Amino acid sequence: MSWVKRGACIAGLVALALAGGAHAAGGAIPLLEAKVELGDRASLQRGAKLFVNYCAGCHSARFMRYSRMGRDLGLTEEQVGANLMFASDKPGDPILATLGEADANAWFGRPPPDLSLSARARGPDWIYTYLMTFYRDESRPFGANNLVYPDVAMPHALVELQGVQARREDAGDGPAAPTGAGELLELVEPGSMSVAEYRRAVRDLVNFMVYVGEPAKLDRYVLGGWVLLFLLVFFVISRLLYKEYWKDVH
Amino acid sequence: MNRLLGWIDARFPLVSLWEEHASRYYAPKNFNFWYYFGSIALVVLVIQIVSGIWLTMNYKPSATEAFASVESIMRDVEWGWLIRYMHSTGSSFFFIAVYLHMFRAIIYGSYKGNRELIWLLGMFIYVILMAEAFMGYLLPWGQMSYWGAQVIISLFGAIPFGIGEALALWIRGDYVVSDATLNRFFALHVVALPLALLAVVVLHLLALHEVGSNNPDGVEIKRNKGPDGNPRDGIPFHPYYTVKDLMGVTVFLFLFAIVVFFVPEFGGWFLEKDNFVPADPLRTPEHIVPLWYFTPFYAILRAIPDKLTGVLAMGASIVVLFFLPWIDRHPVKSIRYRGPLFAALIAMFVLTFLVLGVLGTQPPTRVLGELGLRFGELYFSFFIVLWLYSRERRAAAHVNTFIVMAVLIAAADVIRFDPGKVELMLWSALIPIVYYAVFVLAPIVTSLNEPRPVPERVVYR
Repeated sequence: MSWVKRGACIAGLVALALAGGAHAAGGAIPLLEAKVELGDRASLQRGAKLFVNYCAGCHSARFMRYSRMGRDLGLTEEQVGANLMFASDKPGDPILATLGEADANAWFGRPPPDLSLSARARGPDWIYTYLMTFYRDESRPFGANNLVYPDVAMPHALVELQGVQARREDAGDGPAAPTGAGELLELVEPGSMSVAEYRRAVRDLVNFMVYVGEPAKLDRYVLGGWVLLFLLVFFVISRLLYKEYWKDVH
Repeated sequence: MNRLLGWIDARFPLVSLWEEHASRYYAPKNFNFWYYFGSIALVVLVIQIVSGIWLTMNYKPSATEAFASVESIMRDVEWGWLIRYMHSTGSSFFFIAVYLHMFRAIIYGSYKGNRELIWLLGMFIYVILMAEAFMGYLLPWGQMSYWGAQVIISLFGAIPFGIGEALALWIRGDYVVSDATLNRFFALHVVALPLALLAVVVLHLLALHEVGSNNPDGVEIKRNKGPDGNPRDGIPFHPYYTVKDLMGVTVFLFLFAIVVFFVPEFGGWFLEKDNFVPADPLRTPEHIVPLWYFTPFYAILRAIPDKLTGVLAMGASIVVLFFLPWIDRHPVKSIRYRGPLFAALIAMFVLTFLVLGVLGTQPPTRVLGELGLRFGELYFSFFIVLWLYSRERRAAAHVNTFIVMAVLIAAADVIRFDPGKVELMLWSALIPIVYYAVFVLAPIVTSLNEPRPVPERVVYR
């Protein structure tokens, strides 16, 4: 009955292949790849700093506590207190936006979303692309629009780092128009960072948001390796046991 | 130790229970790969119950706190993330094990030879499991939890004469899915359904041990007993199958651990992206997709333009499985000794189920919706052909079946006629036409459906 087994193998492979593309998000433009490296602690620390300085004024990450973040990122309580926390926060507090709800409603129509789980809901590539593709659009309240999230209420929070991008005049529109972010946008006013520096900064920020989305991720890969190793050894034992018992079954 | 055992045995049938169900329960010695999934399903049941108990210690069944309490389990509770991922991965693996277990029963005819009740009880397990999974999925209170429940419960609303709406209202306890719904689903998920599940699992095993297991050859081992009164082709379940199943369970746990530790979302198939957004009754997600184990039935529901007919078809697609032992009455049990057409028929059913499963996750576009309908027709056709194959029939019976089914499918196409997609309907009609030509007409002119003789004794490899 080997065809049955073969069939099962093929079905398994198909399932794995599908697993990759089950919910490929249907954005307007192809997403850029974030290529984050969760094991890179320096990148996570830089990302944390960017997050606190540029995001946490308006966005909360209400499920992320400062103390846990410091522990996971290899920072002492003093370092976290001096560099990452607002003066009134305590180490056990979660990251909460300083922006009040009334102001938020007045400025944006609704409070900016909590960012604790954005990396899990949107995916790192989406956030990376989002932060790369703000461009000048005078018709918007804050003078900025976005390629993956058209007419988003948020201003370009990192504009002083990236500089100002604008839609290329020669990109055109219609069915033959290019769709890549690189062909659609060009830098018209440089920011304080070079293009490469900005790319790295956004990568760090997204990396940090992936961490915030699931802090346990840092542990589970390591632990998973040990569990698999144990099961492998246990399989050898159970296999030997099986062989020993079954040798007299004919 | 022996004195203790004696003391207990004078008061409780411990030794005789152990002997009856393990050390002197004879199972055929030729079980193959497909016979691991019963014990694996039992292990998953234990994983689900134990991890579920620990989740319950930290979960808060309230619309305002549920989402945050799940995140608190993921972050603040010691090992909470592991417990939660074991539970969420366990639910998908439960269905994988159960589907493979059911597939085994179909290819080896395990519901034949006084085993109808084993299959029926198994189907009850499956249906309770579906309810258990559906209600459990509401508890994280994410967007997909919320809207999935909203959509599925609203299906009851399709029942006419005001019964449906009243029924949906009764299930929800509110006009929309709300805190009341969450609380009652929690109660059912952690108390009522697990109790029912355990009870039916025990009955399933009792019925199995009464008749004895089937096997890949379909040999009834009890018919051939040695001088010691034990089946010649059987071996005691313990220790032989306990050690073998231990090995199977280890392999299973290896795969399980890969998912738990490295890909718990499994690309959105086990944990959907939208469920990381808290439930928001005012904002409907773009695509509402149930989890993968429901999508084949969901595809059948959506493929039919009329809502009530769709709901009935979806219900029928599950109900028909209950009748499998009475649909397939062929005396030969195992796929090994039935013709190649039977094997092809089953392969086609597996393919149909997978295609429907994928279609159920996709937005129902013009082409995909049409494809869903055609494969929905194939899903039910499987049972028609299975019935047709149940015994030697005259050529006229085959021809008549072909004609009747052609008329029925054509009638369905006339009813759902849509001038905008005539061409699509004609092209896609080839799917059932080819299916019936192969499975219903080919046996008349070829010998591809003729069974081979079944051996008297087990062929052990």
